[in-house]
Amino acid sequence: MWQFFHKLGSPKWFFGISTRFMPWLLAGGIVLLMAGIIWGLAFAPKDYLQGNSYRIIFIHVPTAFIAQSIYIMMASAAIVTLVWRMKLADVFVKAVAPVGLALTFLALFTGAVWGKPTWGTWWIWDARLTSMLILLFLYGGVIALDRAINDEKSAARAVAVLVLVGVVNIPIIKYSVEWWNTLHQPATFKLTEKPSMPAEMWVPLLLSVLGLYLIFGWLACIRMQTEILSREQRTRWVREFVLKGRV
Amino acid sequence: MNAKAPPAVQLAGSSVGVLAAMKGVFARDMKVAFRQRQDLLNPLLFFIMVVTLFPLGVSPEVSFLREAGAGILWVAALLSVLLSLDHLFRHDFDDGTLEQLVLQPQPLFLLILAKTMAHWMLTGLPLVILTPVLGVMVHLDGNSIAVLCLTLLIGTPVLSLIGAIGAALTLGLRSAGVLLSLLIIPLYIPVLIFGTGTVAAAAEGATVGAYLALMGAFLMLAVTLAPFAAAAALKISLSNG
Repeated sequence: MWQFFHKLGSPKWFFGISTRFMPWLLAGGIVLLMAGIIWGLAFAPKDYLQGNSYRIIFIHVPTAFIAQSIYIMMASAAIVTLVWRMKLADVFVKAVAPVGLALTFLALFTGAVWGKPTWGTWWIWDARLTSMLILLFLYGGVIALDRAINDEKSAARAVAVLVLVGVVNIPIIKYSVEWWNTLHQPATFKLTEKPSMPAEMWVPLLLSVLGLYLIFGWLACIRMQTEILSREQRTRWVREFVLKGRV
Repeated sequence: MNAKAPPAVQLAGSSVGVLAAMKGVFARDMKVAFRQRQDLLNPLLFFIMVVTLFPLGVSPEVSFLREAGAGILWVAALLSVLLSLDHLFRHDFDDGTLEQLVLQPQPLFLLILAKTMAHWMLTGLPLVILTPVLGVMVHLDGNSIAVLCLTLLIGTPVLSLIGAIGAALTLGLRSAGVLLSLLIIPLYIPVLIFGTGTVAAAAEGATVGAYLALMGAFLMLAVTLAPFAAAAALKISLSNG
C-alpha cells in the first residue's frame, strides 16, 4: 500500500503506467458513451409530459454530474498537495481545472437549451442553476490564479488553498435543491433510493455518465502527461522518452 | 525564507501572550488607519455613490426602490468591502511589517483574525452605521431597515474574513485587484443571498430568526476557518517573493 503511495508521487512512474491504460479508458469511454447516447436519443421511451425534448438529459446530467465531481477530486488532490507536497497532485489540479470549466459550461448550455421548451425560458435564477454558475466562476478563479503566479510551487499551493476554500460551495450546490426547492427538478440519481424513472431511461443515463467518466479519465491522463513533460523537461528520462519514444 | 529553522536568537516578544499580541496587532492597525483618515472615508463614499447610481440608472420610483433597496444596499456594501480589501495586507507587505508578523511566535491565524477584526471595525461597521440613512433614501420601512442593519452587522464580518483569504492569495501579484474580485465574489454569493433573503422575508411579515441563525452559522464558520486559510495563503505569498 505505502509502496504504491510512494510510486504515485513519481511523475515518471505515472507517465509509464498511464500510457498503458489510457487506450482502455478511451475505448471504454467511447463505447459506453455511444451506447448510452444512442440508446437514450433513439430508443428510450418518450417522456409523457415533456415528449422528446427531455432527451437532452442524456448529455445534460453526465456533464453536470462530472463537472461537480471534478471539483471534489480537485479538492482531494489539493489536500494531498498541501499535506504531502506530492508533485502529481498539483499536476492533476492544474490539468483538470480547464476540463471542469468546459464541462460546467456544457452543463449550463444544455440546461439552457432544455429549459427553453420545458420552462419556456433560456435562463431562470433558480438556486441550482445559479450555483452551477458559481461553480463556473470558481473554476475560472482557480485557472486565473494559477496563471497569475509565476513560481510553479507557490502557484500549486495557492491554488490548493483556493480550491479547498471553494469546496465549501459544493454542499450548497448539492443541497440547494432541497433548501430553496424551486423550479429545477430534484437530483436524478440518489445512492439511497431507487431512481424515480423507468429502467429504459435511467440505464442509458447511467451508461453515458460512466462513459463520460472514462473519457474524463483519459483527458486527465493526457493533460497530466503533457504537463509532466513540460515540467520535467530537464530530466534524463524525458530526454530519453523524446528520443526513443518510450519510457 | 526557511520557516523550519529554529530562531537563532530568543525573540524578546516571545513571552507576550497570544491575547496581548492580538490586542497589539489590532491597536496598531487602528492607529495606522486613523493616521490616514481619508483612506477610511473612501469606501464609505464609494458605498453612498454606488447606492446613488441605482435610482439614477434604473428608476427613482418609490415602489421599485422599496422592493430593490435592500439588495442595492447589500451589493453596494459588498463591493465597498471588496474595494477596501486591497489595503488589508498591502501596506504591511510593502514595508515588511507582514514578514515580522509571520515570524512572531504567536500563531499567525490569530494575528490575522485580529487584523481582520480591525479591518471590519474600519470598513464594515461604518457601513452598518450609515445604512439607516441610505435605507430611508431608498424608501425602506423601519422594520426592514432594522433587519437590514442586523444582516449587515452579521454579514460584513463574513465578507472581511473571506476577503482576507483572497487578499492573502493575491498579495504581490501584478493584477491583484481584478484577480481578488474574481476569486472572492463567488464566495460572497451565499452571504448575499441570505442577507437579502432575510430582509425580503421580514418585508413579507415572516419571522427572521431562522435566517439570522443561518447567517450566524456562516459567521461562525468564517471565524473558525477563514483565518487558517488566510494564514496558509499568506505564508505561500510571502515565500513567493
